[in-house]
Amino acid sequence: MNKTVNQKAWFFVIPVFVLVAFNAIIPLMTVVNYAFQETFGNNVFMWEGTRWFKQIMLSERFHASLGRQFLFTFIILFIQIPLGIAIALTMPKEGIGVPVCLVLMSMPLLIPWNVVGAMWNIFALPDIGFLGHSLNALGFDYNFTQQIGDAWFTTILMDVWHWTSLVVLLSYAGLRSIQPAYYQAAEIDGASRWAIFTKIELPKMKKVLTIAILLRFMDSFMIYTEPFVLTGGGPGNATAFLSIDLVKMALGQFDLGPAAAMSLIYFFIVLLVCWVFYTLMMRNEEKS
Amino acid sequence: MSLELKNVEKKIGLETHIYPTNLKLQKNTINILLGSTLAGKTTLMQIMAGLDKPTSGEIWFNNENVTGMKVQKRNVSMVYQQFINYPNFTVYDNIASPLKITGVSSDETKQRVGKVAELLKLSGMLNKKPNELSGGQQQRTALARALVKDSDLILLDEPLANLDFKLREELREELPKLFENRDCIVVYATTEPSEALLLGGNTATLQEGKIIQYGKTLDTYNKPNSLVSAQVFSDPPMNIAKIKKSGDQCSFLQNDIQWKTKLNIKDGEYKVGIRPHNITTYKEGNNTLEIKGKVLISEISGSESLIHFTNGNLNWVSLSNGVFQKNVGDEMNLYMNTDEFVYFDQNERLVSNG
Repeated sequence: MNKTVNQKAWFFVIPVFVLVAFNAIIPLMTVVNYAFQETFGNNVFMWEGTRWFKQIMLSERFHASLGRQFLFTFIILFIQIPLGIAIALTMPKEGIGVPVCLVLMSMPLLIPWNVVGAMWNIFALPDIGFLGHSLNALGFDYNFTQQIGDAWFTTILMDVWHWTSLVVLLSYAGLRSIQPAYYQAAEIDGASRWAIFTKIELPKMKKVLTIAILLRFMDSFMIYTEPFVLTGGGPGNATAFLSIDLVKMALGQFDLGPAAAMSLIYFFIVLLVCWVFYTLMMRNEEKS
Repeated sequence: MSLELKNVEKKIGLETHIYPTNLKLQKNTINILLGSTLAGKTTLMQIMAGLDKPTSGEIWFNNENVTGMKVQKRNVSMVYQQFINYPNFTVYDNIASPLKITGVSSDETKQRVGKVAELLKLSGMLNKKPNELSGGQQQRTALARALVKDSDLILLDEPLANLDFKLREELREELPKLFENRDCIVVYATTEPSEALLLGGNTATLQEGKIIQYGKTLDTYNKPNSLVSAQVFSDPPMNIAKIKKSGDQCSFLQNDIQWKTKLNIKDGEYKVGIRPHNITTYKEGNNTLEIKGKVLISEISGSESLIHFTNGNLNWVSLSNGVFQKNVGDEMNLYMNTDEFVYFDQNERLVSNG
């Protein structure tokens, strides 16, 4: 069959192209522009080549915030994924309990992020907050504004509270899509509950879990609002994750060049991890 | 060996899924549960297996009351309409899975899996995973899993329904051979009368949670005890018409076609059931009684022609061998075999001689 050539068809693409250009490409290119130049007042620019990139890559401050970021992301994935699956397994499968549980589970997801931060800030205040005050009354020396461990504990607890529901909902959807006949067949075989989980439920949930891990990785790796409101990155720099550090550099110190270089490196790290993860999962998929 | 259902009833909430049912299945038999969707076939099978408990009534196996006994202790296997296999296991491990749990030695497992795999033509794909197989092969794997252990009871719940036509035909022919020389009771649920006829054995016709008739498959087919049973066991559906009998003369109420009957029953009004293949477009053998029809739809399926036509106020279906192309609205003559008419009384029970 001969393909018709019609160059006018490009006109259909133009609106999308313009839209994407304005909301993605042009802002990104501005950042690229800053990343390679030194900026002075009155829009005076000086070419700096890869200097800012070298500076960032060698900077201890960047290494520290990147380390904190990875640590935080791994901890919350390690808690949220198993916890989410566990909760999904215990949720009711039919009856009035289903909508009730689903609505209750979605509640944290519906709260604006800065509100979550503010809520937890007040909730955890050692003098008047319910959590902070109770912990102190129980004899724990808890103060998230001054002690590094407490700040991490509170930030992680907040994120688990806010986002585990997403994993729960995705896992629940995955579980519900397994036909009852699978469970019956396993029952006839005399398979244990653990065997049913590892041999039927986990393999059947693989796709939704891949999506859950990807989403949770990206979101937690770019986390900003909640810890900004909760701890402001403190005490000291203890909870200054990548994006908090970045904003400090860009808007606090007005180091636009290094900040732009850092954003690009940040962007590529997220892209790289997602790509590696996705490729690995899909390769497994093809094999099996 | 026998499986007996005694007054088994199943209710969920206010809804009755199975009305009190008595059924006795003997060893080394294939028993077909024939009925449309929602007739209660699956529920009945799950009760037989012990996957589901009856609301009331008892299940006896080998003179032992097994009501409420867990399915793991019952030595049953089941094959479903969906192709149910462990997604992460190879075909070999899937087939071996029922043996592993019962602790059969690995040498014996190997030998038994090999044998079953050969029987089901799976020998070449033992190292593959289920999603690398075609639907037919996946279902063969599920069948192999059911056959590999020496179950007392093998339940097959519409195992061929999700396969395409050719695979279905192929597997359908192999199935009776698979159950030969097996010391077990086979229960096979299907919606298709032709499948029941092909498998032979015994057939129970089901409708709306009730067993209408149970007996040898051919007997159930030839001597339906009621109109309902005849309807369940006829595809395309049976033609039903009201008739009047006086002496040895019968006639349809709605037209003046007459025929003679040898049936020795009281004079009066009856209903007659005529299977579509007993109405043909040509005179052949005993198909001699003429009826005029106006074509509604004509379909050709394989080498058979299905013609829907009207006569009087009634819609009729005829099934003839050979390909006949008819146009909608054509007037034509068709021929019926009066020997094959099935007579029912006003209560839709079978009437017979004497």
